[in-house]
Amino acid sequence: MREARGAAPLLEIRNLSVTFVGRAGAPPVEAVKGVSLTLDRGETLALVGESGSGKSVTALSVLQLLPYPLAVHATGSSIRFAGEELVGSTPERLRRVRGNRIAMVFQEPMTSLNPLHTLERQIGETLVIHKHMGPAAARARTLELLRLVGLPDAESRLGAYPHQLSGGQRQRVMIAMAIANEPDILIADEPTTALDVTIQAHILQLLKDLRDRFGMALFLITHDLTIVRKMADRVAIMTRGEIVEAGPTAAIFDHPRHPYTRRLLAAEPRGRPPAADPLALELMAAENVKVWFPIRSGVLRRVKGYVKAVDGVSLAVRTGTTLGVVGESGSGKTTLGLALLRLTEAEGRIRFATQDIAALGQRQMRPLRREMQVVFQDPFSSLSPRLSVAQIVEEGLKVHRLAADAAERRHLIETALEEVGLAPEAAERYPHEFSGGQRQRIAIARALVLKPRFLVLDEPTSALDMSVQAQIVDLLRELQTRHGLAYLFISHDLRVVRALAHDILVMKDGRIVEAGPTNRVMTAPQHPYTRALMAAAFDLAPLAT
Amino acid sequence: MTAPAAPARYAAPPADRFLGRKITPLTRRRLDSFRRNRRGFWSLWIFLALFLVTLFAEFIANDRPILVRFDGAWYLPVFVDYPEMTFGGEFPTVADYRDPAVQKLIAAKGWMLWPPIPFSYSTINYDLPSPAPSPPSGVNWLGTDDQGRDVLARLIYGFRISVLFGLVLTGLSSVIGVAAGAVQGYFGGLIDLGFQRFIEIWSGLPVLYLLIIMASFIEPNFWWLLGLMLLFSWMGLVDVVRAEFLRARNFDYVRAARALGVADRVIILRHVLPNAMVATITFLPFILNGSITTLTSLDFLGFGLPPGSPSLGELLAQGKANLQAPWLGLTAFFVLAAMLSLLIFVGEAVRDAFDPRKVVM
Repeated sequence: MREARGAAPLLEIRNLSVTFVGRAGAPPVEAVKGVSLTLDRGETLALVGESGSGKSVTALSVLQLLPYPLAVHATGSSIRFAGEELVGSTPERLRRVRGNRIAMVFQEPMTSLNPLHTLERQIGETLVIHKHMGPAAARARTLELLRLVGLPDAESRLGAYPHQLSGGQRQRVMIAMAIANEPDILIADEPTTALDVTIQAHILQLLKDLRDRFGMALFLITHDLTIVRKMADRVAIMTRGEIVEAGPTAAIFDHPRHPYTRRLLAAEPRGRPPAADPLALELMAAENVKVWFPIRSGVLRRVKGYVKAVDGVSLAVRTGTTLGVVGESGSGKTTLGLALLRLTEAEGRIRFATQDIAALGQRQMRPLRREMQVVFQDPFSSLSPRLSVAQIVEEGLKVHRLAADAAERRHLIETALEEVGLAPEAAERYPHEFSGGQRQRIAIARALVLKPRFLVLDEPTSALDMSVQAQIVDLLRELQTRHGLAYLFISHDLRVVRALAHDILVMKDGRIVEAGPTNRVMTAPQHPYTRALMAAAFDLAPLAT
Repeated sequence: MTAPAAPARYAAPPADRFLGRKITPLTRRRLDSFRRNRRGFWSLWIFLALFLVTLFAEFIANDRPILVRFDGAWYLPVFVDYPEMTFGGEFPTVADYRDPAVQKLIAAKGWMLWPPIPFSYSTINYDLPSPAPSPPSGVNWLGTDDQGRDVLARLIYGFRISVLFGLVLTGLSSVIGVAAGAVQGYFGGLIDLGFQRFIEIWSGLPVLYLLIIMASFIEPNFWWLLGLMLLFSWMGLVDVVRAEFLRARNFDYVRAARALGVADRVIILRHVLPNAMVATITFLPFILNGSITTLTSLDFLGFGLPPGSPSLGELLAQGKANLQAPWLGLTAFFVLAAMLSLLIFVGEAVRDAFDPRKVVM
């Protein structure tokens, strides 16, 4: 597919620097420092880095979409597209390039489509602007594009609005918009991060097919090394605004030279859960748990049906072990966790240690709350921004009167912070002063300070960078061995689950599809859905449907 | 682990204090942001100065002297009613210090210290050069109204009563409104539904007609008016606070607090209310303005404070009735405009200080 290379590559970024000038007084931020890249027809270049490394800013510079004049390119920065300089180009010339010869797909398909326009209008717009097509021609071409990106029932979907589509379908529409004018370069900024694993595999396959079909150059921006390995011909590793290493994908993965690259490659969650006592006490057991949300309609608000978020789930977690709950978004994993903690109304039997807790009132639950705790997904929303770390951690101690006086409380707080790897000085600071990984440690400390026996971990690593994920996984494993904790570990990331869970439970649409020891489920999945999930997560193979 | 002895290796950072209270860095940033808004900052100081001055109106505009030295003894007519006989007069009634006869008696055996404006809000100046309303002069700096009362004195007392009424009404309706909004938003469901319908019906009652009807068989006074206004003004904040609570009750840190076993009351006060207070505090200066305007318009229409009370609305009404005496209307207009503008400037500064887009976390 690769065309003969001319003297100059299709896209050549040379010595690109981007500086953001803040308000008066604030120091300017150097987001990108002297980045050089080339990209040719038919090839895929992956730009890899953690959040804040400047990879998205680099991609946006290509289309000159940064918030100028707040963003400044240093002199000597050059982006040449087919021999034409884009830095400092006139708006008219840029408009001819944008969306026409270089197109972009963004991360969040929900917010990058206009919610008030039908699909026909969204896609037709670029055709009318750039190709000067009439309405009938644009409509025919739109239909062709939707079929090309594999949107089912394309014809009947022409009049559909974005909210009527699923996340994966929306991303397909975004791609259809991007390739409408057969661009030379397609920039995909984290195109699958917001999507479920099985859908992710489909979208990546689609991008690959389209690249081969049109001989496009694909500029892929991602933090996910699995995607890079599967998709990219060449890879550039970026950190703190600089490219530290670049080269063919296989070479970089096999022989990383730069220490950062090595660290990044080593950061994938590794290891296996610690050995567990098979005769340990069954700490949390649930039978036939149901959480049904009624759907009401009409003037009388009569119940028309139910959304079965959790539908007849039974499980058991032993002391010192981890039960991994796996499933795609909307499968009821989080609701299950909340139901076990009695934080949402549920039917069925829930037994904690020797006590049946399903029928207890909130007041009767209060003494038990000390023993069962929860850590949420997003460390930015799970800590009150107005309380200091000490206040956040001590709240549970105060509720359960676990400390005799302020000095003892202080001591317990500092012990808990040290246990999760934070300095005791952190106690007087506020959540916004910490990074995502540190905040998640604070959230774990808040749960741990009560010395619970059972911990629900609701996607505690999903909002974090890869290297931080691995650290949190190590921390959780260490805490489990030291205190004999029982975890209910909810995640969509099978890699993390494999590193932590003794047993695994696969959920789909509120029901258990498959359950068993992690090793067995991972190596020899019985149910087709589990098989598809594993294939999608580890090999990025599209789900056969 | 159980050893309670806390090691002393840790020194707390110096706590930031404001008016003697420990404050968070966020509050410090808001205070700094408020101070940076020069207009709002100075408006606050000017308003506070005016309010403080009018709080001591009895010492500034009064028809009694502040201090009397008579026959070797001290007297405080501002606080105590002395019969005329104390100063050697003939009547057992309260001394009228503006009476030339009484003045002569006191001057014979001592002296009097008068406030800068020797008129109270109800003092009628019978010694006018022209028929009331008389124009500004050396005696009546802003002239007199149509009953011969000093306009400046009435202005000072009127300003005080307006601001006090506004402050009390704002404070009480905020407390009720925030509490109602918090309960509705936090618990949601049927409580919310019922309360919302009640508010819809309650806010449909015609307040003005109610006041007019009530005024026909009760003579309204300050507290009576306040109570009646309060019945309807508390609804202003409910929607804002309720919306904040509906949003915040599903925040992860609220769920985490529930998982810790924290009681609902504590969650409301400690975790959710601070979120709602941003909107509330931003609204306060504007609610205060609204309350003052309401009282003024009621007075203007004649359904407000009892006849004879000093009030800006009554002065406006007099200005309308006596177009030949422009100092009445102009004075009332400028004072009202200045007071409301000052409060709006303060409100803008407060709003900016609480704006999350300006206070970058």
